[in-house]
Amino acid sequence: MKIKHIFEIAKALLLARSKQTLVAAIGVAFSVAFFVSLLGFMEGLNTLLDGLVLNRTPHIRLYNDIRPSDYQPVELDSTYKNFHHLIHSIKPANARKEIYNVETIFKRLEKDSRVFGVAPKLSAQVFYNLGNIQLNGVVNGIEVKQESKLFQFEDYIVGGNALDLDYRSNSIILGQGVADKMLAKKGDMIQVTTAKGEQFSLKVVGFFQSGMAELDKIQSYVSLTTCQKLLGESSTYMSDIQIKLYDIDKAPELAKEYATLFKIDAEDIQTANAQFETGSSARTIISFAVGIVLLIVAGFGIYNILNMMIYEKMDTIAILKATGFSGSDVKKIFIAISLSIGLSGAIIGALLGLVFSIIIDHIPFDSAALPSIETYPVDYGIQYYTIAVIFAIVTTYFAGWFPSRKASVVDPVEIIRGK
Amino acid sequence: MNKEIALEVKSINKSFYDPVKIDVLKDLSFTINRGEFVSVTGKSGCGKSTLLYILSTMDTEYNGELWIDNELMAGKTESQLALVRNEKIGFVFQFHYLLNEFSVLKNVMLPGIKANKLTEQELEHNAYELLKKLGIERLAKKMAHQVSGGEKQRVAIARAMINDPLILMCDEPTGNLDSKNTDIVFNIFNDLVNTNNKTLLVVTHDQNFADKTQRNIVMEDGRIIS
Ligand SMILES: Nc1ncnc2c1ncn2[C@@H]1O[C@H](COP(=O)(O)OP(=O)(O)OP(=O)(O)O)[C@@H](O)[C@H]1O
Ligand SMILES: [Mg+2]
Repeated sequence: MKIKHIFEIAKALLLARSKQTLVAAIGVAFSVAFFVSLLGFMEGLNTLLDGLVLNRTPHIRLYNDIRPSDYQPVELDSTYKNFHHLIHSIKPANARKEIYNVETIFKRLEKDSRVFGVAPKLSAQVFYNLGNIQLNGVVNGIEVKQESKLFQFEDYIVGGNALDLDYRSNSIILGQGVADKMLAKKGDMIQVTTAKGEQFSLKVVGFFQSGMAELDKIQSYVSLTTCQKLLGESSTYMSDIQIKLYDIDKAPELAKEYATLFKIDAEDIQTANAQFETGSSARTIISFAVGIVLLIVAGFGIYNILNMMIYEKMDTIAILKATGFSGSDVKKIFIAISLSIGLSGAIIGALLGLVFSIIIDHIPFDSAALPSIETYPVDYGIQYYTIAVIFAIVTTYFAGWFPSRKASVVDPVEIIRGK
Repeated sequence: MNKEIALEVKSINKSFYDPVKIDVLKDLSFTINRGEFVSVTGKSGCGKSTLLYILSTMDTEYNGELWIDNELMAGKTESQLALVRNEKIGFVFQFHYLLNEFSVLKNVMLPGIKANKLTEQELEHNAYELLKKLGIERLAKKMAHQVSGGEKQRVAIARAMINDPLILMCDEPTGNLDSKNTDIVFNIFNDLVNTNNKTLLVVTHDQNFADKTQRNIVMEDGRIIS
């Protein structure tokens, strides 16, 4: 028998029960639509929330840690090995946070094909002077272009232009929280006191809103040169090198490689932010579970309707069998019915899901924390549509499997005799 | 008329166990040749329908041998038996059993669709010719539930004929029809036997009908008595 004819018979049976068919198909369509829009929304949020931290965290950070030397002087002499060491905690002297050979490291990293970009960073502890109150703070010295390329720095600037940091000497981009406290407006001069007690006047050229209020109450940004001035260091002074890779998963491995290569401390993002992965994967799992449960419920709907249909169509099945249709033909017909419901429901559902997603995408989402986001984030990834459609078809196939097995073993004699 | 055997039954026994053993068919043996018009009569409950279900290969739980077109039916799988039904047997029931979801024409075509030997156009043409022969071609496009009882029976006969079967089996095909329609059906059967050399096996309660056939098998209590 040709597939075409199986579907033709299936269609005739379906049309005879068009209402139930419609209800079943709508069930599938809604499950698929919810699945797609829920996952798209969840994934959009995930990307957004992860982006809050992960986008702005270097994949690898190179720095010099201040730590005690690995050996106490007395241990160097084996003579005293078995003696009690009275002097056992000599502290490091003149330890420098500075990274040596910055030039060489930069050149080496820029040639590395696995590296997406490198950005230098400095930070200085300061006090923001607010009348006679001093607010604790940190001023980061950055290279605006690199920082934007690697960490979308410009996206978080409100009321100003990030590049002004480079164009105007002694300019500062204030954290929004700090600015609010200081009542600072663009163009104002503010005073900071460095850790060494020196006072500096800086011109406000913009504000920075990271999305994390705690951070914005403390952090501000200046150019590298300005920061070196604040620290009272030379123009070669550098304390942090931030690296972003093409493949974030390679970070731990490369961190080790660079640590030995440059004889420096290297921290990878996975070690620094282990908790974020868990959060987003938990959210994804929950949405998948909800979506799959919806589809299974729809599958039960189809199962019910097919069972009912087989009950009603006993005569038809008996006649088909009496005229030479085999059990497997009958089974194919009912599976075709089920798959038709599943497939049409899935396609309508996918389209409906897209519509839902677009609607969500247009709902305003004004979060003070996220200046660059205006509506709810949605991920339109084709994978959610594919998964939903495939899963809908698989579910309806199984939902059709059991009833159609029942149909295939209907004994025509029993039905015909029973008349 | 050739004497080729169309169907042969060798000592068939059939019992139901519900709840005690009832022997419904007892050691039945007979032969039906090609081109024969045979009727089966007997009291209600003597096992005529049961016999017909076995002969039509739908019932496989019996003892004895059934040969159709010189092939032994025992040991065939369910789908092989379905194929035998499809190709060699046409079945007409007392209750008309058309598929209400389809048009009259589609109903007639369905066994041909299963056989998948002709194109859809050829099949449609054949179905239409059959309906014409039975005088109901004007019903072709109607839905099955829109036609009368006598008409339905003729549609069922056309459906049974679509694959040009070896033997046509009917279980009280005129049981629900008035005398006029009974005559129509009988004449169709007679015509099939005489001009198309078809083999017919008809179970009936109508002694008039049985008398007009070539051979009348009379059953009593699960046995053939004449
Ligand atoms: N499924 C069954 N279980 C038990 N007994 C059955 C079953 N089917 C039929 N019988 C019995 O088998 C016997 C023969 O039944 P069958 O239907 O063959 O009779 P019939 O000759 O066709 O009668 P009628 O002329 O009324 O149609 C009857 O006594 C009936 O009660
Ligand atoms: Mg009977």
